[in-house]
This record gives sequence, C-alpha cells and structure tokens, in this order.
Amino acid sequence: MTARSSNSAFIEVRKLSKHFGDFVAVDAVSLKIERGELFSILGGSGCGKTTLLRMLAGFETPTSGQVFLDGVDITNQPPYERPVNMMFQSYAVFPHMTVEQNVAYGLKKERLPKEETASRVREMLSLVKLDDFGARKPNQLSGGQRQRVALARALVKKPKVLLLDEPLAALDKKLREHTQFELMNIQDELGITFVVVTHDQEEAMILSNRIAVMEKGRFEQIGTPKEVYEFPRNRFVADFIGTINTFDGVVQNSGDGIVTVASDECGQSLRALCDKPPKNGSDVCIAVRPEKIFISQYKPDNHEDACLEGVVEDLGYFGNLSLYRIRLATGKVVQVSSQNRRRSIERSFDWDDNVYISWRPRSALVLEP
Amino acid sequence: MSRQTGHSDTTWQRIAIALPYLWLLIFFLAPFAIILKISFADPVIAMPPFTPTFGDDGALQITLDNYAFLFTDKLYAVTYLKSVLMAASATALCLLLGFPIAYGIARAEPETRNILLLLIVLPFWISFLLRVYAWMGLLNNYGVINNLLMWAGVTDQPLAMMYTDFAIYIGLVYSYLPFMILPLYATLERMDLDLVEAAQDLGATSTVAFWNITWPLARPGVIAGCLLVFIPATGEYVIPYLLGGPESLLIGRVLFDEFFTNRDWPLASAVAIVLIFLVVIPIVLLQRNQARATENAA
Ligand SMILES: Nc1ncnc2c1ncn2[C@@H]1O[C@H](COP(=O)(O)OP(=O)(O)O)[C@@H](O)[C@H]1O
Ligand SMILES: [Mg+2]
Repeated sequence: MTARSSNSAFIEVRKLSKHFGDFVAVDAVSLKIERGELFSILGGSGCGKTTLLRMLAGFETPTSGQVFLDGVDITNQPPYERPVNMMFQSYAVFPHMTVEQNVAYGLKKERLPKEETASRVREMLSLVKLDDFGARKPNQLSGGQRQRVALARALVKKPKVLLLDEPLAALDKKLREHTQFELMNIQDELGITFVVVTHDQEEAMILSNRIAVMEKGRFEQIGTPKEVYEFPRNRFVADFIGTINTFDGVVQNSGDGIVTVASDECGQSLRALCDKPPKNGSDVCIAVRPEKIFISQYKPDNHEDACLEGVVEDLGYFGNLSLYRIRLATGKVVQVSSQNRRRSIERSFDWDDNVYISWRPRSALVLEP
Repeated sequence: MSRQTGHSDTTWQRIAIALPYLWLLIFFLAPFAIILKISFADPVIAMPPFTPTFGDDGALQITLDNYAFLFTDKLYAVTYLKSVLMAASATALCLLLGFPIAYGIARAEPETRNILLLLIVLPFWISFLLRVYAWMGLLNNYGVINNLLMWAGVTDQPLAMMYTDFAIYIGLVYSYLPFMILPLYATLERMDLDLVEAAQDLGATSTVAFWNITWPLARPGVIAGCLLVFIPATGEYVIPYLLGGPESLLIGRVLFDEFFTNRDWPLASAVAIVLIFLVVIPIVLLQRNQARATENAA
C-alpha cells in the first residue's frame, strides 16, 4: 500500500508544490538527500524555503507531490508522527517551562521511562553545553543559549532528520561563526541528517555537503558548495553565490572545447573552456570570479590568457585581501580581488593607476545570457 | 546636571506610582471606609438614617448587631451562597463560550479580526438596561422564542423561561461575555503560533498541544476574564431583578431592598461589606497563585 521510493535515497522529494491561493510558493521541486548529509537550501527571502521545510515537517499540506523518508511515503503523516524534528527560526522555546522541561518535552510525549528521559536530557544538555542551565527559564537565557535549547530539544528525540530554519540568523557574527562549527561537530557526532534553510550563502558554503539554490519556488541548482561556486549552472546561481563579473557577447567560434566570444562590453574577444560549446552566433555571457583575475602593472606576455587594460577606479583593503574595481575603456567595471601575500605598508596599486587584468580561459565560464 | 535629571526622574516615577494608589484611595478606600462606618451604626428614623459613630458626649458608639443579624438569619447565608454559586457558574459558562470565540478571533485574518472585535463590543453601544429588556421580550411566555417553538410544533405550551434561574444565566452570560472574550483575546493574540507547532513537532497531538502550551500560556487572560465576570456578576442587581423570579433572591437584590425599601442603611452596609470580602477572597487567592506561578517562572 505504501509506495516505495524508487531508489535508496534517504529523503526523496518528488515534484512537491505548494500553492497559497494563486500564489505558487513552492513549484514542483524534486530532491534527493542521502543519509547523514548536511544539506542546505539556500535562497533569498520569500523564495519558499520555509514553506518547503514546513512540508517536510508536516505543517503544510502539499498541493501536489510526495515526500519519502527512508523509503516510506510520509506525505500525509501528521507532524507528531513523523520521525523528523524541526528547529524553528524563532526557536519556539516554551516560555513556561525550564530548560530541562523543554528538552524533556518530546520524550515525555513518547512516554519514555523517567530515568531514561532524565539521562537523555542530561546527555543532550551537556552536548550543547548547557549542563548548568537545566533549571533556568527561557527568559533568563541569551539568544545563543535559547538556540541551543531548541537544538537540544529537537535532537534528544533522535530524529531521522533534523530540519533547521535559519538556525543562525538571529545570532551575532562572532557567535554565528562559532555556532556553525559546533553544529557541524554535533551533526558529525550524531550522524543525523540535517536539512538547513538559510539565506546566507557563506553559511551554506561552510556548513553543507550539498546546497540547493532556490529562487521563486524552484531549484536553480543542486550541488556541492564547490560545484555551485565554480560551476554555476546559470547566471542567477553565479550572481547569488559570491561575486562574479559577466561579459555579454556573441559566440564567434567554438571547437576543441574552447569558445571564443566577441564581447562589446570589453571591446575584444574572450576565450573560455566549455564542454558543451554553444552554436556560433548565439548570445552568451562569459563569467569570471574576482579572485580568478590577476592584476598587474605591465602587460603579461602570455597570449593564451584574456587580458584587458583599465584604470583603478576604487580599491578596498580588507587585511587578508584587497578588492579593486577596474574601469575598462568601454566603461565596464570589473571586480578583482587579490591576496595580500606580502607584508607591506605601501599599496601595490593606487587610484587611477593604469593596470592590466588577465585570467586563464579555464577560469572563465560560459553561461546563458 | 545628570544628577538633577536623575532626581526629577525619581520624582516623576513616584508620581506615576502614586497615581493608581490615589485613584484607589478616592474611589475605593474612602467609600469603603464610609460603608464600613455605617455598618457599625444603629438604624434610626432620621436623616441620615443611622446613628453617628461618636455620641454627643464624644463616646464611641459602635455595634456589631448588624453582622450578628446577618449570621443569625439563615436567609442571608443562603442568598450569599446562591449569588456566589450563580456568579461562579456564569463565569464558567462565559469561559466555556468565550475561549473558543477569543481563539477564533485571535487566529482570524487581521482584517476579519477587527470586524469581529467590533462585533463583540458593539452591544455596548446600546444601554445595558435596554438589552436586558430585550431578553424579556425574547424569553417570556408569549415571546419570540416560545412563539417560534410553538409554531414549529416543538411544544404546544409555552416553556416557562422568564422569571427562572435559566433566564438569569442567559442574562449574565450574555451581558458579561465580552468581558471574558477581550482579555482572553489579548493573551491569545500575542501568543507565538510556533510554540504550538513546536509541541506538535515533538510528538503532541493538537489536543495535547493545546493543554500543554496554549492553555497555560493563556492563563493570565483566563484569570483576568474570570475576575471581570465573577466580581460584577456576584453583586448583579438588574439582571436577576428583571429576568429572575421571586424565588431567585440574590444578594444584590437583598442589598437594594435593605437600602431603599427598608431604609436600614447599617444592615445594608454590613451586607455590602461581607459581599466585598466574599469577592476579595477569590482575588487574593488568585493573586497569590499568580505570584507563585511567576516565582516559578523566575
Ligand atoms: N500561510 C501562507 N499564506 C499565504 N502566503 C504564504 C503563506 N506562507 C508563506 N507564504 C508566502 O510564500 C512565500 C514564501 O514564503 P517562505 O517559504 O516563508 O519564504 P522564505 O522562508 O524563503 O523567506 C512568501 O511570499 C510568503 O508570503
Ligand atoms: Mg523563512
């Protein structure tokens, strides 16, 4: 009677949609997540991340589509029957219960023996480093501590999957960085599959094994952080994750895996490596990340590389690296970042310096415009 | 300079704290003291109709006769008991009806919410007396309800609803329901819905989540609503007078009769003082309960 998932993916989401009236919040998304993975759903505000997560938790009934967990169709299971727990964006720590009571709540609902409940609660409180806070009420805790209560409360149930909705969004920067690693350690230690929703691309990159980039209720790309960053499938993903320079142009020539594109935006033709070269004459865009571009005072003599001449319009010093905005003769501005490898008080380049920027063809991407 | 501001700050703070006390002093404590004073006097046929606290020779002349009388005549005890029980039942009924209504309003769309709230307070625009009169028209033997029932063939004789306890309950619940709904709404509306979902996520069914989360968190509203209904309902005069029968003698009625019909101000004052204590006791108990709850929370 229960439909089995086609293969052995731990979580499988099939063509899942959610409509609110005429509005499509989640649009037929499909997804497979492996056991033990730390999977992130990354997207801007309002793209449907929370709605998708709530369908996994059982709080929203999908308009269509199915969710399988460990081979079982859980699409119509109520939240209290799913072996899945959720950490809410607001943390939703029960204000009228102590930390201990909060963490024990889920086990009490399972009617576990008192001693086992107590020992598991203690264990979990020590895992999230709240051993001495068991008797406190939530209003006596800091935001970071409340977050850990919410985490402990969900994890103590030993769920098959933990869903985390913007788990770090409410924390300040230092605490966020610290907590990121703590989350990864906990996940590693317990081996529970985590599905994390976030709008912070850096967080998604650091935390996850794989990322799904979401936009307007659809997935634009699913891949490892490296894949998504280095091989974005389209312009949206390229733009959304990190910074990227794009040059619109027309394919002049393609062969041997190398595409030559004439770009008015930089006033010359650019070359890029590409597995599936587009047809001659089609509109494309060449994309290069700022850190893949070299900046130099003299024209480099490697003729394979793309090389453009420009003027330093703006520069920023970030300690570990410097960012430059280079204005080309065509008016196009290119962002370049370079590591500050040498310790020096002098600037390598200054405002209005004439410079050359260059990159290898293999560093450039060919994307649809 | 900062010291100066600090000083005036505390002055203002003191004034702000003093205001409610001043209010209590003028509008509660002073009348209470006057009534208390009269309750220790003897009735006389004069104006005012009671003996002064100090005689012509300056001697204190107080009597406990009025209180003694309250305790010897069983009628008073029975009436007090009946009033408190009736008010308590009406409060329970209001809570039973008011909670789902308040919950529904709190969970409605924001635009609908305002309309619903307006509907709840709308009856206040019509005089209380008129509204109770309207119930007389509905409940009496040849009133709308009985006519409808007989027309529909449910009964062939009018049901005696008017001048019964049933009519008093209708009147009390109808009149005081908004006082239950409004504070309940205020607490329920503030409540974070994520909390209920979190409970469900952790294994509670909707019903269990309600009793574990919604109900305890709504308690301040429940207590406020119950007090707002119970206190005035205990001493209610108009509703039992207009809708109740001769056998539904309630303490408000007794009070009125002693004051205006018998002109026995001292006895009436004693009745009022005992009534105040009957009403104050549940408040003190609830407050202590509340204080203990917050202490636990702290
Ligand atoms: N219960 C709801 N009713 C109507 N629209 C909703 C509801 N929940 C979410 N939405 C809409 O769906 C879209 C996606 O919401 P959400 O999943 O919360 O986005 P995200 O978490 O990515 O910021 C938003 O435009 C939001 O307004
Ligand atoms: Mg969200």
